[in-house]
Formats: sequence, C-alpha cells, structure tokens
Amino acid sequence: MEQEGIPTTQISLIRLHTEKIKPPRALWVPFELGRPLGVPNDPGFQSRVLLAALRLLEVSNGPVISDFSEDAPASNDMVTTLSCPVNLNPKIENLNDTEKLMAAFKNEISGLRSWYDLGLEKKGRTTVGASGMTPEAIGDFVSSLISGKTIENPREDIALGFSVNLAISDLKAYYSEAITAQPGQEAPSSKLISHWFWTETVASRVIHTLKETCLESEDKLLKLVGRSLLVPAEYA
Amino acid sequence: MARLESLSESERKTLEALECPVFSNHSWVDGLPLRQRRVAIISTAGLHKRNDRPFSFAADDAYRIIPGDINANDLVMSHISTNFDRTGFQQDWNVIFPLDRINEFREQGLVGSVADYHYSFMGASDPVSMEPKAREVAGLLLKDKVDAVLLVPV
Repeated sequence: MEQEGIPTTQISLIRLHTEKIKPPRALWVPFELGRPLGVPNDPGFQSRVLLAALRLLEVSNGPVISDFSEDAPASNDMVTTLSCPVNLNPKIENLNDTEKLMAAFKNEISGLRSWYDLGLEKKGRTTVGASGMTPEAIGDFVSSLISGKTIENPREDIALGFSVNLAISDLKAYYSEAITAQPGQEAPSSKLISHWFWTETVASRVIHTLKETCLESEDKLLKLVGRSLLVPAEYA
Repeated sequence: MARLESLSESERKTLEALECPVFSNHSWVDGLPLRQRRVAIISTAGLHKRNDRPFSFAADDAYRIIPGDINANDLVMSHISTNFDRTGFQQDWNVIFPLDRINEFREQGLVGSVADYHYSFMGASDPVSMEPKAREVAGLLLKDKVDAVLLVPV
C-alpha cells in the first residue's frame, strides 16, 4: 500500500512479527488474538486504541512501532461458569454409540434454538451464516459425514473441505450466541465460552469425531481441515 | 492477551517459527493532518458480505469488498483458522472492523472522511501470493481518494 502511495498504519497483535516485517507505522496492542480493538461493546476503549493507531499517521518518519499501554478491561468477573437450561451434558456412556451421539447432538442444537433466536432479536445481528446452512442442516451434514454416508457438498463455489470448516465455524458461533443470550451471561470472557463449549457440549465430542473422519479421508483438503482447522490447539 | 509468553507452548512455537516477509526498502508516504484524511479499513479477518462467496486459498480471489454503508448484520467471517477468538466479533463487530468508531471520528472531526469501500483479505493465505491483489486494492483506494489506510489483523 505504501509503495503504491497510500499512507498506512496498522494494529499489531504479535510484536515479534511486526519487528521482522518493519511496516511504516504500527501500534502493538496487548490483546488476545481475535480482538485487535481490545474488547467488545466498549466504544471508549476502542476509540483510544483506534486513535492511537491513526495518530501514527502524523509521525514524521519511520518505521515506527508504538506500544499501547492499556490492557483490555477484564470481562464480567461475576460470570465464572456458564450454565444452560438445556441439558448439554448427557451421560458419557450413552454417547459411545455413534447413532446415540448424533441424536444427542441434534437434540442439543434444537435445544439452543430459542436462546439463539432471542439473542438475534435482541442484538439484531448474528455472525452465523457464512456456510449457507442453518444450524439444523449443519447437524444433518455433520452426521452424514461421520456416518460415512455419501454426501454432496452443500456449496458449489468452494471445495468440500472448506464447506466442512465453515459449517463448524457457524456451529460454534450458534452455540456461543445462544449461551450469551441468556440472562447474566451476555459478556463472559472468551476463555470461559471456549472452555464451556469444548468441555461441556455434545457438539465438542462430535467435532472431535468429525476430525477423525476427516483424517481418514482420501481428500487432501479434508485431511488438512481435520488436522489443523477444526479443533483449537488448546483443546486438541 | 497476545503477548507470546501468555499463549500455549504449541501456539507460541508456531507463531515464533512463522516466516515473515521482509522488505528491502521501507516506503514512507507523508500526508495531511489526520483531521483532513480519508480513511479506509483493510482487515485480514476473512470478512465479507453475507451473500458474498467465502474465502479459500485462491490467490486470484484474495479480497472482498465491504461497502462503507454495510449493516453490521450483513458482515460475516469465513477465515479458516480456529485459533483465535471470535466471540468478541459475535458480540460487537467493532472489535475486528471498527467502522462505527471511524464514523464517529468523522462526526467529531478527528478524521476528514470515511472511504466508500473497505476491504478484507484472509490472513491465513500466503502473503507473497497476495501481493498482486494488494496492489490492485491500492489502486481502488486511490480512486476512492483514500489517503489513510488502517490495517487491522485478527
């Protein structure tokens, strides 16, 4: 961009990379990956970050890396665990059978629907949808994959592996938006939501099973998706 | 927080080992005071309009156009990585795409104007292969009379 004549400034999440690349202007921020402006629903904090990055455009020469001194405000400390009126933790022995696992999975998706819809109504916005499938259709799609049935790629414009990846991303967003629609749980920390999803839901077990299915596939992209893109490193 | 020492060992090692492009020359372009600049956002979060096609690794399909009057509910993410938080974006798009904040700055006179179009790439793609499309976006920004670009990672 700068070579083409446009002044640039950037937010930097990994200072080491910025030190190597040496862009013209960079504001390093001490925030977690996925939150370059620090914290949701805090316009004052976001504005301070943004202005600090934009003010670098008025520095006389560079490259320059400036460090943003404030940490992101802590999340709602009153929320230490997440709870859900839907029974998301059926007995483990019931889920060793694939058919029972899939049935529990679809029940779980169905059970969250009212909360998800409420959240959508309150916020007027959802991030679910990039896959083009509803959560219920994702449940069917994933079940078919795991059961070894012949399946069609639900999209014509991207490869099956990308469809699988998007489906799981949408599924996780659906769960997250549903659980945070419940009273008193609107703004838990990212760690809390992640921990809840990966340790207390049937969906997490299904995704681990799907990962194994992908790893056994002949499809190279599916193998890659299974190996690296379905389960975060922390919960692998 | 994205201090490397706060990440898990596997994540930290992956990020430390990541090869970064190095430039032989360091371009620098001066400009007007911020209050007179026209600002555009470029994200690497794999953002696009809801009905736009999702990102893949295709180098010739590296970016998506985000109109400046986009509604928050019309912006979705198809980044392939699972190793960053998305709950912030789910709660407030400004955490990743601070368009509301930029528009407020315009109303407050902190910036001159906001671009008609913003852009998103998908950061998991190979940066070297993105160069032709990055230059293409630069050309589009110049046509939009943009003289300040905010690059936002994810």
